[in-house]
Amino acid sequence: MSAVHVRIPGLLRSYTDGAERVDLALSAPALLGDGLAELDARFPGLRFRVVDEQGKIRPHIKMFVNAVQARDLATPLPPGAELMIVGALSGG
Amino acid sequence: MARNDGKTRIQSKLPATRANKKPRRVLIMVATRKGAWLYHTDATRKTWRADGPHFLGHVLNHLVLDPRDGRTLLAAAKTGHLGPTVFRSTDFGRTWKEAAQSPAFAKAPSGEQGRAVDHTFWLTPGHPSQPGVWYAGTSPQGLFRSEDGGVNWSPFSMVNDDPQYRKWMGTVQDGTPDGPKLHSIIVDPRDPAHLYIGLSGGGVFESTDAGSDWHPLNAGCLATFFPDPEPEFGQDPHCVRMHPLNPDRLYQQNHCGIFRLDRPATRWIDVGGGMPKAVGSIGFPVVLHPRDADTLWVFPMDGSSVWPRTSPGGKPAVFRSTNGGRTWQRQAKGFPAAQGWWTVKRQAMSIDRFDGVGLYFGTTSGEVWASRDEGASWRPIARHLPEIYAVEAA
Repeated sequence: MSAVHVRIPGLLRSYTDGAERVDLALSAPALLGDGLAELDARFPGLRFRVVDEQGKIRPHIKMFVNAVQARDLATPLPPGAELMIVGALSGG
Repeated sequence: MARNDGKTRIQSKLPATRANKKPRRVLIMVATRKGAWLYHTDATRKTWRADGPHFLGHVLNHLVLDPRDGRTLLAAAKTGHLGPTVFRSTDFGRTWKEAAQSPAFAKAPSGEQGRAVDHTFWLTPGHPSQPGVWYAGTSPQGLFRSEDGGVNWSPFSMVNDDPQYRKWMGTVQDGTPDGPKLHSIIVDPRDPAHLYIGLSGGGVFESTDAGSDWHPLNAGCLATFFPDPEPEFGQDPHCVRMHPLNPDRLYQQNHCGIFRLDRPATRWIDVGGGMPKAVGSIGFPVVLHPRDADTLWVFPMDGSSVWPRTSPGGKPAVFRSTNGGRTWQRQAKGFPAAQGWWTVKRQAMSIDRFDGVGLYFGTTSGEVWASRDEGASWRPIARHLPEIYAVEAA
């Protein structure tokens, strides 16, 4: 198993009962898509708010794996990785 | 088919619902760019109790009460960052629960470009004989259906993915600035399989088999922004309404005027010609008197030059017709006499069912206005809200 640490932004904490950090245990090797699937299994509905039905990260959401921006769900999640989900600037 | 050519108020022979019962109170559901508010009043309609904000910071495009049970509220929501979803309440907003599967297009085959719902724009409860059925229209344009009261939504793939139907749909060039929309989903109260939808742009379309097949219903309706001003499809209906007691009578407030259709005819009649020339016949909403198919209201906007989409001349006014659109009367008592530059979006005007019907609308400047004398006089019941996208009265 591979441990991944997820930093949950404020705009998604209604799904995590307010938790700012969530630890996932994923089968290695794991991809970003696996991590989001596991997050959605624990917090139903979360994934669709940040990934659309075509499997793309939504336009105003950014995800960083170990501080490097992930462009798609095939990005590897190495053991011990930190996944940071960010709501980018949007609207006024 | 029944017609209402005179002034006789129609006696309904349609399925009884809570919506047909004599009202004792009014609930106004206000959906805004930054949350939702509910306003409650009793039969006097004199004082209003505000309840909100709900979903502060969320973009709410529509908030609708199910007339079949009188207690289920659905809210179409998204945020600037987060994708679209639907929330559901069965206790008038005290608690909300998110849909398990909100409207989403089918995943495209590998290598093909699929569409993604940006926002759910329109919600329509299903036929009284089909409790739990709801329809949703989205941007980009898609039609979705729920059979469990809005918990799970499925795409109408024949509309959403069929190449012919996709040709009807607007593109970024002829859609509204925040995306082409599917709206005005109408269910015939006599027949749950008889549906209408409006596409902006695209036109009005009809299905008589519960949504399996659709055909354009745009003859007579102008599209002056095309080389052919009367194409088979491509029109821009801003809002389409069916009269609840005379389902053969349809009206639409269109990008190019106001139109009426009396089925089984298939050609729309332009009924905007009687509007004052200085005002014009362009606007977003149209609402119908619940018991008189000849009486309707519109809220015109400035569609001249670069389309300011403001009250014409800065003088807000509702216009009422009591003869099916042949003539129109200005109703503006209570509104600013000048320097009022707001307008009213397509699902932001609604009506109650009292004798002496109440009219309600929300403005782009965050005000909710009410009339309890069929539009003769108006007063604001809420101010300083965010930009209002939808107002529904129940």
